[in-house]
Amino acid sequence: MPPSASDLALVAPELWLAGWAFLVFTADLFLPATRKTWLAYLSLAGLVVVALSALSLGGVSAPAFGGILVVDRFAVFFKLLFAVIAAFVILCSIHYVQKRLSYPGEYYALILLSTLGMMLLAASAELITAYISLELVSFSLYVLVSYAKTNAKSNEGGMKYMLLGAFASALLLYGLSFLYGVTGETSFEAIAVALKGGPTGGSLALSLAVVLLLAGLSFKVAAVPFHMWAPDAYEGAPTPVTAFIAVASKAAGFALVLRIFVEALSPLLADWRGVVALLAALTMVVGNLVAIQQRNIKRMLAYSSVGQVGYLLVGVAALTPDPEHGAMATSAMLLHLAGYAAANLAAFLVVILLDHATGKDDIPDFAGLAERAPFAALALTASLFSLAGLPIFAGFVTKFYIFAAAAQADLLWLVLLATLMSLVSFYYYLMVVKQMYMVPAPEPGRLRVPALLTGTLAVLLALVVFIGVWPQPLASAAEAASAVLFR
Amino acid sequence: MIPDPPLALTVAIPFATAILIFLIPERQQGLIKLLATLAGALCLVLSLWIFVAYNFSRAGFQFQLQSNWLPSLGITFHLGVDGISVLMVLLTGIVMFTAILVTWGLTYRVKDFFAFLMLLVTGVFGTFQSLDLFFFFFFYELAIIPMYLLIGVWGSTRKEYGALKLTIFLTAGSVLVWVGLLATYVAASSASFDLLELEKVTFTADFQRFFFPFFLVGFGVLAGLWPFHTWSPDGHVAAPTAVSMLHAGVLMKLGAFGIIRIGVHLFPEGAQTWMPLLLVLATVNVVYGAFSAMAQRDLKFVIGYSSVSHMGYVLMGFATLNVVAMNGAVLQMFSHGIMTALFFALVGVIYDQAHTRDIAVFGGLARRMGTVAAFFAVGGLASMGLPGLSGFVAEFLVFVGTFQTYPVVAVLGIVGALATAVYILRLLALAFLGPLNERWTGLTDMNRYTWAGTSILVFCLVLVGLWPGPFIDRIATSVGPLVARALGAL
Repeated sequence: MPPSASDLALVAPELWLAGWAFLVFTADLFLPATRKTWLAYLSLAGLVVVALSALSLGGVSAPAFGGILVVDRFAVFFKLLFAVIAAFVILCSIHYVQKRLSYPGEYYALILLSTLGMMLLAASAELITAYISLELVSFSLYVLVSYAKTNAKSNEGGMKYMLLGAFASALLLYGLSFLYGVTGETSFEAIAVALKGGPTGGSLALSLAVVLLLAGLSFKVAAVPFHMWAPDAYEGAPTPVTAFIAVASKAAGFALVLRIFVEALSPLLADWRGVVALLAALTMVVGNLVAIQQRNIKRMLAYSSVGQVGYLLVGVAALTPDPEHGAMATSAMLLHLAGYAAANLAAFLVVILLDHATGKDDIPDFAGLAERAPFAALALTASLFSLAGLPIFAGFVTKFYIFAAAAQADLLWLVLLATLMSLVSFYYYLMVVKQMYMVPAPEPGRLRVPALLTGTLAVLLALVVFIGVWPQPLASAAEAASAVLFR
Repeated sequence: MIPDPPLALTVAIPFATAILIFLIPERQQGLIKLLATLAGALCLVLSLWIFVAYNFSRAGFQFQLQSNWLPSLGITFHLGVDGISVLMVLLTGIVMFTAILVTWGLTYRVKDFFAFLMLLVTGVFGTFQSLDLFFFFFFYELAIIPMYLLIGVWGSTRKEYGALKLTIFLTAGSVLVWVGLLATYVAASSASFDLLELEKVTFTADFQRFFFPFFLVGFGVLAGLWPFHTWSPDGHVAAPTAVSMLHAGVLMKLGAFGIIRIGVHLFPEGAQTWMPLLLVLATVNVVYGAFSAMAQRDLKFVIGYSSVSHMGYVLMGFATLNVVAMNGAVLQMFSHGIMTALFFALVGVIYDQAHTRDIAVFGGLARRMGTVAAFFAVGGLASMGLPGLSGFVAEFLVFVGTFQTYPVVAVLGIVGALATAVYILRLLALAFLGPLNERWTGLTDMNRYTWAGTSILVFCLVLVGLWPGPFIDRIATSVGPLVARALGAL
């Protein structure tokens, strides 16, 4: 069936993004070596166009291309989120790419393509589309992680990510095939209908399907025990790419998790709650406890991200098919993803700042940052406190929301564990703050920080505080997006 | 009709000042200090006005202000004061202003210090006035955040250790409170965090008995309840003067306040079950704190353990659920807050010049620091409960009320008061009186800013001691219904 005009209109953001990625590739051929930063500005312009296009989709709720994609408030929320994240990552990358990486054209284009995959992932309405979108995201990220060609750690991280990622994709696909085998359908809605009809032909096959699905998805978001690739990939990758994986690919992973679990597997939620809760508990505990021992800030942030995934999994565990409570858990997760994105991006930006000025990224290298770069130190403190879940910052409200949803779902023990792990995370974040404020600087004098990075940092910091002090606008967007899944 | 803004202003002014100070460059130290003092003065005036304008012939919360914040979770920004919190707000205003005055001599990283201090004060004002449990917790946590940096950067003895210990302990306590709050929210099934909504809900006795300890211990950590008090001496000794004043003077009262505002108010049956335990622990606080203070050599450690001991009186009064004792306990919160702020301010004056706090090396300081000695004596006498000063009124009420219901505990409490007399008088004698130790001939008395601040505190001690009427009137307005509510569940 040839695509109709309305179908094309529904995927306008993706079309723009795909076209723009190729535009960047092409522009790279013509730009002289000294003007390569224009590629970054070109990509940013493209993301602005994409974001506007997504905004114009507004409250539409319609299937596209015969039902393989669905464009609703949930999809639009994530499209905007990914576009904004990608824009910030590109802003963070400009100086880094110029100084350390070759082939800037492909770099920016790959970020755009990865974002494209994520947008399609959030809008997918059936298994194969979801898988293909996920692969698009993953392939782009495998390359991006190993982008620092001459750096051994970058190669190692990329290699690990790719091998384990391929393995996880295989598991995921195997699980999807079982799901198809059991239900005879690939569309999420149809699967839910088929599952509601009762145990379908061998519940062992169904259980296997869900286990494999969970395993594959857990890898993608770096949940324990499938997180082993994360620390090496995060440490080795160029720092802007680390920020991108830590923030965007997790959001994309969870968008898929929500789509599958709420739309396709909703009849099974009650049965699998215990397993998901256990996964959440493991992830929070391992992520936070191991983070304490890290010396490298990127590795610490990697484990801290694993811990944050644990909190998000608490939200997944709290999901129920019941619209009122299920929507509460979902909107909590969406809100948390947004707040976490802002805080994590700010934190990584400060790491990039320090790397730009000194070329180092171990925690002891942050010594005396409060004197050498006061605003950066303040911003890092604020973002770490947000990640720890302290008030006036986004993390407090978003965590509170998730825990309230979990408490509603009778998971108070999990909430207690989560709050305890928040306390643990507060400790290792404080150790970074201690270095910045209480340890004297190795050499006096201010660090030279590009104005663009300071400006970006200021915007991110403002976002973190804004969400923390006045979450209502974002919360209502999240709630509207969640309500769509439960109609 | 009394307008609503004053409460919101007490929260908004420090917060706005904090942001303003962050934007001013460090070299404008004079401007920063001026801004902070202005904010402090404004908040003091506001808190005075709220105190005076509070109508104590009407029970219930006044000056209420409520607006939607996150409707889907039933969270509203709801502020209000009753007889108890109106006193606490006044205390905060007074201690905030005097703490800023006492810190006028600071020269190291002035901007960061005052910005963090303003954030701390925002949290304290907000907690005392919040009638929404989410925001109570929001401001409660906000008050803990700046502590690590304030102590770790500007503190003294073992500051990193003290800062970390304090922060981790207090955050651990708030973890318990957090879980308790969420459990309350779910059990109430009214989908609201508002105190006035939740007080209409009757929670099952089992629920109350299970979750009351979460609040008791969670808030008790901050209140310095034995055995969770160990952060307090280390934290206060390490903290810079203004921070010690605010922390021991006001923040520890937040803990006790939380126990009654949330614990006793919402869970009367749970309170009745667990109050005997609180009574025992509070008595240990009083006696153990006093005897520990006797054994200390460092001036600040003496004051620190003295705080633990005096908070014991507060918790003892609360634990009896007796109207007279609770009136005394609330007044003790105010009285001890002023007293301990005064002590830390004076110790700060001594330490800044002498660079030691070891009682054994001092002697005859009164000859060089006459005002410091005089004020220290007044504070000490108040601490011992001498009639004519605020400490007497408060402790007397606590003892009378406790004696009515638990005579043995009251006697032990009086033993604690005896021990207090011992260490206070010994301290005065060893440090201030007697022949002047040659080493200290170069010391001078306090500067005029510190004089202004500490004399305000001394004035308050004397005022409450001679004219406690207005204070007790306001306290009694709210304690009466609270106790009736707590006991009525019988």
